[in-house]
Amino acid sequence: MRDIAVISFAQSPQVRRQPDLNEVEMLMPVVRDALAGAGITKDRVDFVCSASSDYLAGQAFSFVMTLDAVGPWPPISESHVDMDGAWAAYEAWVKMQMGHVDVALVYAYGKSSPGDIRRVLTRQLDPYYLGPLWPDSVSLAALQARCGLDAGSFTKADMAEVAARSRRDAKANAWAQLSGDDDPAELLGRDELVSPLHVHDCPPVTDGAAAVVLAAGDVARELCARPAWIRGIDHRIEPHALGLRDLTRSVSTEQAATAAGVADGPVQLAELHAPFTHQELILRSALGLGDDVVVNPSGGALCANAIMTAGLIRLGEAASRVTAGDADRAVAHATSGPCLQQNLVCVLEGE
Amino acid sequence: MPELVLPDRLRGVEPVRSIRTPARLDYEFTAGRATSRFLRGVAEKRLLGQRCPVCRKVYVPPRGACPTDGVPTEEEVELGHTGTVTTFCVVNVQFYGQAMELPYVSALILLDGSDLPIMHLLQEVSADDVHMGMRVEAVWVPDDEIEPTLESIRYFRPNGEPDAPWDSYKDNV
Repeated sequence: MRDIAVISFAQSPQVRRQPDLNEVEMLMPVVRDALAGAGITKDRVDFVCSASSDYLAGQAFSFVMTLDAVGPWPPISESHVDMDGAWAAYEAWVKMQMGHVDVALVYAYGKSSPGDIRRVLTRQLDPYYLGPLWPDSVSLAALQARCGLDAGSFTKADMAEVAARSRRDAKANAWAQLSGDDDPAELLGRDELVSPLHVHDCPPVTDGAAAVVLAAGDVARELCARPAWIRGIDHRIEPHALGLRDLTRSVSTEQAATAAGVADGPVQLAELHAPFTHQELILRSALGLGDDVVVNPSGGALCANAIMTAGLIRLGEAASRVTAGDADRAVAHATSGPCLQQNLVCVLEGE
Repeated sequence: MPELVLPDRLRGVEPVRSIRTPARLDYEFTAGRATSRFLRGVAEKRLLGQRCPVCRKVYVPPRGACPTDGVPTEEEVELGHTGTVTTFCVVNVQFYGQAMELPYVSALILLDGSDLPIMHLLQEVSADDVHMGMRVEAVWVPDDEIEPTLESIRYFRPNGEPDAPWDSYKDNV
């Protein structure tokens, strides 16, 4: 296996609505900042992998126009996933393992504001049984939370604690959309949005973009004083039909964590892509994280949840904390699909 | 595979071979800063492109980025209302929603001062006479009908100038 590291991370302000900028205008400064963070220009990039969804833009092949942000001339080696950017990073990592690429740029963006995101996300359900019923994303998450509460896996108070801690931590994150000091008991006193979920259990609707630069071996060492080395990365998926899954646990996260080697050493910090409060509790347990692990110091997806982007941000946040020396070993996680259907786990280490 | 046993009430029933599941989603399109400036210019009967600071090319309508260099295009350039036909298509096929009388000509027109052709209609000329290099001018809708849309130009028509030399548009065909 080649040693591959995250050497730079950048993101746009994560906001409820970005009505002035089109996708390429939103993305361009992020790509510029990610390359500048690595101290390189686009000529040094061997491979570009992007992540976005036509269902957010309401436009076919929408990613093609966004490629303007990287200046794809003379022709570049490039790929795209209709998945979260964490999976674009995975594709770049695989390509780098094959030995053809030393430096890869990975970017992701999502503007949820042009459409009704709760309805848009129903289109990822199976088209025969669930899709025609249009069960929205918050309702499906509520179903999962209800399963966990009924099974005694966690309480609504535990969930409110996750929300309050995330918002408090996000006060130190200038890019976050939501932050503040909230009393969990006061949050629980407010009305439910979709029972048993309150607004504080749900992610904000976000427009945003992010990018990371990956580099291999000595190139990473040349470009970054302390690269965040990817020591393990794996992703697994569960069945499409919700009725075939145990929604109170995340089997695919457990499997990905084992394959990525999460338990092979102490974990100091984890960035978990948990758009709903109860999902963080399910993921902590699936990853076997102890109480001493710092979880989501950025505020996580509860404080900014740009679709197709929030998972890549977890990778970038965890990596930049390793690079900064705040952690020697960190876990980044990304999810996709309803109720944590698909999960990616990545172990990052400093040298 | 285990053998599938249907309940009695489903035995002998005609199997479902297809279902219809209509889907509709509505979106608000964001033109972006650069294209918004262009569209507001059109509402004032002005055509505004943007120049790349690296390769100096002028794009219209601008999207805010140079697709070659990947940098913002911020310098605004006012373009003429005349241009050159680079390529064209004579449309002879009727299709749903078509408002034009057949045959008509859809052309790529390189506006003077720009480096990227726009697509528009060509009228007041027989389809047989349209050719590459033909010089054309914009025909606007009446002033009180002008809106921030390219439809504010009704069409282009030949302006009688001699054909543009090949070198002036060879990079845009």
